[in-house]
Amino acid sequence: MEKKIRVLVAKPGLDGHDRGAKVVARALRDAGFEVIYTGLRQTPEQIAEAALQEDVNVVAMSILSGAHGHLFPKVVDLLHKNGMNDVLIIGGGVIPEGDIPALKEAGVAEVFTPGTPTGDVVKFINEHVKL
Amino acid sequence: MSNEKIQAELAKYEASVEKAIARFPEREHLPEKRLYTPIDIKDTDYADEISFPGVYPYTRGVQPTMYRGRFWTMRMYAGFSTAEESNKRYRMLIENGATGLSCAFDLPTQIGYDSTDPISEGEVGKVGVAIDSLADMETLFDQIDLGKVSTSMTINAPASVLLAMYIAVAEKQGVPADQLRGTIQNDILKEYAARGTYIFPPRPSMRLITNIFEYCSKNVPKWNTISISGYHIREAGSTAAQEIAFTIADGIAYCEAAIKAGLKIDDFAGRLSFFWNAHNNVLEEVAKFRASRRIWAKVMKERFHAQNDKSMKLRFHTQTAGSMLTAQQPNNNIVRVALQTAAAVMGGTQSLHTNSRDEALALPTQESVTIALRTQQIVAYESGLADVIDPLAGSYYVESMTNSIEAEAWDYIKKIDDLGGAVAAIEKGYIQKEIQDSAYKWQMDVESGARTIVGVNKFQMEEEPPKGLLKVDEAVGERQKAKVEAMKAKRDNEAVKAALADLKKACQDENENLMPHILAAVKTYATLGEICNVMREVFGEYEAHVSL
Amino acid sequence: MDIAEELLKGNRLALSRAITAIENEYDEATDIMKKLYPHTGHAYVLGITGPPGAGKSTLSDKIAREYRAQGKTVGIIAVDPTSPFTGGAILGDRIRMNGLTLDEGVFIRSMGTRGSLGGLSHKTADAVKAMDAFGKDIIIVETVGVGQSEVDIVKAADTTMVVLIPGMGDDIQAIKAGILEIGDLYCINKSDLDGADKLVREINMMLDLDSLMTDWRPPITKVVASQNEGIAELLGTVDKHRTYIEGNGELAKRRTKRTRDEMLDILSSNIGSYIKSKIVDSGRLDGYVEQIKQHKTDPYTVIGEVMGEMLK
Repeated sequence: MEKKIRVLVAKPGLDGHDRGAKVVARALRDAGFEVIYTGLRQTPEQIAEAALQEDVNVVAMSILSGAHGHLFPKVVDLLHKNGMNDVLIIGGGVIPEGDIPALKEAGVAEVFTPGTPTGDVVKFINEHVKL
Repeated sequence: MSNEKIQAELAKYEASVEKAIARFPEREHLPEKRLYTPIDIKDTDYADEISFPGVYPYTRGVQPTMYRGRFWTMRMYAGFSTAEESNKRYRMLIENGATGLSCAFDLPTQIGYDSTDPISEGEVGKVGVAIDSLADMETLFDQIDLGKVSTSMTINAPASVLLAMYIAVAEKQGVPADQLRGTIQNDILKEYAARGTYIFPPRPSMRLITNIFEYCSKNVPKWNTISISGYHIREAGSTAAQEIAFTIADGIAYCEAAIKAGLKIDDFAGRLSFFWNAHNNVLEEVAKFRASRRIWAKVMKERFHAQNDKSMKLRFHTQTAGSMLTAQQPNNNIVRVALQTAAAVMGGTQSLHTNSRDEALALPTQESVTIALRTQQIVAYESGLADVIDPLAGSYYVESMTNSIEAEAWDYIKKIDDLGGAVAAIEKGYIQKEIQDSAYKWQMDVESGARTIVGVNKFQMEEEPPKGLLKVDEAVGERQKAKVEAMKAKRDNEAVKAALADLKKACQDENENLMPHILAAVKTYATLGEICNVMREVFGEYEAHVSL
Repeated sequence: MDIAEELLKGNRLALSRAITAIENEYDEATDIMKKLYPHTGHAYVLGITGPPGAGKSTLSDKIAREYRAQGKTVGIIAVDPTSPFTGGAILGDRIRMNGLTLDEGVFIRSMGTRGSLGGLSHKTADAVKAMDAFGKDIIIVETVGVGQSEVDIVKAADTTMVVLIPGMGDDIQAIKAGILEIGDLYCINKSDLDGADKLVREINMMLDLDSLMTDWRPPITKVVASQNEGIAELLGTVDKHRTYIEGNGELAKRRTKRTRDEMLDILSSNIGSYIKSKIVDSGRLDGYVEQIKQHKTDPYTVIGEVMGEMLK
């Protein structure tokens, strides 16, 4: 059997700072994952639908505009509505510590803030995704 | 000492220290050489390559007097929430000695959407101020005399619309357009390559830019019509040489587009300005600033045959590197910003924004912004770095690095020429790929420990979560939406319709300058989104080239 | 959930899970395929191949939009190479089709070639069947035309389109030679670039030299996919080819051959893994290898013994 962890790397919202998302996408590929990168300015609806069609194990989102409080929970909600209750949802970007508990409450499994080594993200995914 | 003698002495020195120099794995990225001597710059002719400040090729600065005449403009980029809130912050900055304004707009404004558009949800007023119509612009500059202040606006794809609004507000204040001073960023190519807030495809975007050049040369002559930006290219992960090379290649593309549209180089080149990043490696940055001036002067003289000295002078704004701020031990960022400021000043910047210590965590608080501004003032008044012009000239190391960064940049510019210019290179994904490769390498170097970032991969410590971060009121979006609705109910909607129809017709005629039509539309209080949607209909939207 | 049953009811997540089961070779995949098989055979399969950078994804996007405008539903399978060094892949085709994501009449799935090149064409074919059973009218299979296995994938299509662009220099010669015989249609993308007409002439010259040519001469269509230019005309040639192969029995022949190939493919793959599991899991393989290394026996003798034992 040839199982692979599949990850959707998405940029919800309008900010164009994709350095982090692209570096993470490459690091995940180098860790042996299949990475589907969606590009900029994706709406929560587009992200949830792409996650469904690609049947990914992980949805990784990056936001630097401060719109995480609105957009992350919306994606979680739509994924659940799609029946994808087992998908691991993680986030990253400029996200104040104080906002993290609410995001976790909303269903985001982990939030990676600036300075996180990509290795930590890989490790977290490997520990939390069961194929 | 003769060069031969120096060479012999150097060989002796190298042999004597060979074993004594410790090899740290984390210093692998440093230049191989540890000592520079006159030999490294023996082929650098003072008159041709260095010369005097204010004299071609301007390596030492574009003004003869530099900071002995006056300091750089201390220009703090600010803006958040609503026009009222940002107006308060601007007036605070002016009272505290800031000498220029720099407006940050929120993302919907930067991408030409109204606050009422569904796509704007969650983004209104977040990274800057929300501007939907002329009404917001009037509030933003309330009690600020546009005849006195110089204003920089970080706006690109819809730059023409925001500039038109600024002209219209000034007109209401009784300030004629030819008195206005300031800058619009207006640099769409780096949006495609690095920053991501594009709207239209390259062709109509280049048309809008040349329309602005032409309009301003006649009507707003003191306005800097573009700020060709390497800042975001560097933020996206490029090296110092890539930053200036890709940006100068963009600059070449703008000049070619303007010339193709019938403009003469000396009619607009004097109003072009640049925007550089001030990164952590102080001496490399100084060399980069110096090299950039020299390259641009040569480009203008040799490639475009500019006659006017002004056309050959690369004037630039600088911002300290946001990507070098760490979320860990955020007070360390004050020190980083101070060093970056030193680099910008020794590199001869015309204006400077200093980042605040807390920007890796959130938008900066007032207190952090004040420290950042004070950093500039300390460098200006206390450090002595501004006392003489181009203080590092003649340093074997800095002169040699200026040469090598210049050479590396020329190689890239040549490569881009071979690909058909900056627009083609971006469409092929070449520039994006180069930047991404550098970004990935940087990250891997940090993770392997080859590159040390204090507090991140070395000297870490347990920390309390930071307190007192600025939070943008989540109700801002709703308030702004209500304002837009109220404004729409009050305005003359027939006049709006007519102005938009006229704009559409103008868009369809490639020979028409769009600026007067946009100005007419903003005066009817047509919204930014309405105006951009008309242009979207005619021009279409850009589809990004992504290759990872 | 019963994946096959839900899929046939139109559940998109079930379709997605079915493709995962196929890709990951889950045990349930065989059962799913058994249930889906009776519902297949309705979709028309368009294969798109060409060198990297030819703009295949953008072209797929525009083709899908054109079919949607005609009221047809579309499935897209986009195959990207897996890195042989890390086993990972960036599946980047979808990014050029973002505008289709929310169209309920379109389903896009990205697949990596993964390690086992042999099984890839068979997995793709099953994914096509899953989309077919789901009710898609047109299924586009897009892959880089570089390796034999990728060429095999598009060969499984009803109509195969080869996409080329002007100005690729000498590199393209080898590619053209390799994929010449599989193109039912040629598409010159980015034909606003210099050299488009030269490329058309070159392809025509090669077609002139093709001694195996039937009375279908592959048409060459110039398009600029990014500007949506020439797409309707291109689809016209697809329709023409479809009518042609439906009319002369070629389509039926192709599908029969495909069924036959698939049968043999599955059979040999199953037998292969059966035998492998027997001799690897029991540890016998290591023993054989050791003996062969010491020249006590040879691979041919060993294989003869194993085959005799397994297949009696």
